[in-house]
Amino acid sequence: MPERLRLAADDGAMLSDHADVARAALSVRGMTVSYGEKPALFSVDATFPVGAMSAIIGPNGAGKSTFLKAALGLVPMVSGEVQFFGQSLAQARARIAYVPQRASVDWDFPTTVIDVVLMGRYRSLGLLRRIGRAEMALAQEALARVGMEGFANRQIGQLSGGQQQRVFLARALAQQADLYLLDEPFAGVDAATERAIIAVLKDLNAAGKSVIAVHHDLSTVVDYFDHVFMVNVRAMAQGPVASAFTTTALSQTYGGRLGAGQLDQLHPAGS
Amino acid sequence: MGAEFVQFSLTPMLIGVLAAIACALPGNFLILRRQALIGDAISHVVLPGIVVAFLVTGTVATMPMLIGAGGAALVAVVLIEAIRRLGRIEPGAAMGVVFTALFAGGVLLLEQSDTSRVHLDVDHALMGNLETLIWLRASGWASVIDPVALAHLPPELPRIAIVAALMAALTVIFWRPLKLATFDEGFARAIGLPVSAIGLALVIAAAVAAVAAFDAVGSIIVIAMFICPPATARLMTDRLATQVWLSLAVAAVSAILGYVLAGYGPIWLGFDSSVSAAGMIATISGVMLAIACLWGRARGRVTPVA
Repeated sequence: MPERLRLAADDGAMLSDHADVARAALSVRGMTVSYGEKPALFSVDATFPVGAMSAIIGPNGAGKSTFLKAALGLVPMVSGEVQFFGQSLAQARARIAYVPQRASVDWDFPTTVIDVVLMGRYRSLGLLRRIGRAEMALAQEALARVGMEGFANRQIGQLSGGQQQRVFLARALAQQADLYLLDEPFAGVDAATERAIIAVLKDLNAAGKSVIAVHHDLSTVVDYFDHVFMVNVRAMAQGPVASAFTTTALSQTYGGRLGAGQLDQLHPAGS
Repeated sequence: MGAEFVQFSLTPMLIGVLAAIACALPGNFLILRRQALIGDAISHVVLPGIVVAFLVTGTVATMPMLIGAGGAALVAVVLIEAIRRLGRIEPGAAMGVVFTALFAGGVLLLEQSDTSRVHLDVDHALMGNLETLIWLRASGWASVIDPVALAHLPPELPRIAIVAALMAALTVIFWRPLKLATFDEGFARAIGLPVSAIGLALVIAAAVAAVAAFDAVGSIIVIAMFICPPATARLMTDRLATQVWLSLAVAAVSAILGYVLAGYGPIWLGFDSSVSAAGMIATISGVMLAIACLWGRARGRVTPVA
């Protein structure tokens, strides 16, 4: 317990540097979220650098998705401060794209693939402005980037899980944001989709965009990401994957849930 | 289709069609949000609203009754939303709690008041009085452009026409937010849409449509039109816009066919009296839903309506 507290305090001290907050794509201080009596997140401090590929990892029920949702204002915070690129959520909204969990919507909804991608343009389209050629081309291009160009007029319920996930990613691409927040983008998708998604994310990253993804597969953290945030109700550890993704931090975050054998296979830093 | 049709059938048919359309429009979004029973809820809470309006004003005139019904519907809508959010329970359960409690309260109030006069209006609230909404001043199709005759249209017609037009305008203007907030609430919130306000506005619009329609055609049609035409259309297409257009067609056909069959059907069958138009319109919409269920374009699965 004292060990965890020390880690959180270290990060808190780092966060107090103002220049650092302004450089952060997302910076969170003292975030506490509660569903009923028990806190889902308690006094979490976290910083995600601009231009990084960041993973949020932690055991089931640790508050990974809740962290993203609270940062985006989808669930209320008991307390805490959130800044995107040094600005408030309202100021930075146009720079943020969000990919919710695939299972959070009803895929039987009467709409088509291209229609869902165009929803990424609703913020700039407003209520009544017609969808022009440029908007349509943008949506088509986003679909092509995730390898779904042939599916524009399909009903979304006819897609496989992996295809649905790609459509959600295409919608986020159509938002033309600087920061992409993804909630378990690889959950329940086929290997080809996982490769396609990580290729798109790495392209975004190469173009200077920031990516933050809730991730559950520890074996791919080193390959996919360069920054990691470990959470289990409290912030457990964070920093570059090369230095922060350690066996010690993992066993603290996951408690007894990871066996020694599993930890060895992950090749985390310093092991 | 001469003078007699214009006098006795045109206005009730138009009122039936407009009432059906006014309810079917918000109904399309309510069924996708599994909130279709809100029509049922509103129709029930109209009772205490009417009784309170009667107790306060001492009359059964239309305006106090409408205001009472509208007030009760708004109270119910706010209560349902509050219980759903604070209690974190599904909307169906919240509606069940609210409309049962308010309806029971209405029955108690009714018992304590001068029931002989109010009772008539409770009947009216259920069945409406579509057959009596005739246009006696009309002398033929020429009356449609005759200002004197038009001034004597049943007041229910312009009232429901305004509400139907309002529902159509709201649907067009708020199409994108309604669609997005219904499909993907999380994403809608993330791009800054006021999702809670949209949900509340939708049920308030539904309450306005329900109260305006119940006055003219009774709650049986209201309950049926919130669910049957949108659900029928839902089974026939995979596009939201097509679904809304189809639901309007189903609503209009139900209203016209139901009205004609109620008036003439029993006579064709050899009986000497007609049956309730409201009941027949609701029945026809149910039959159309059943047909769509059995023979509609094959879809993955039916979205539950509540």
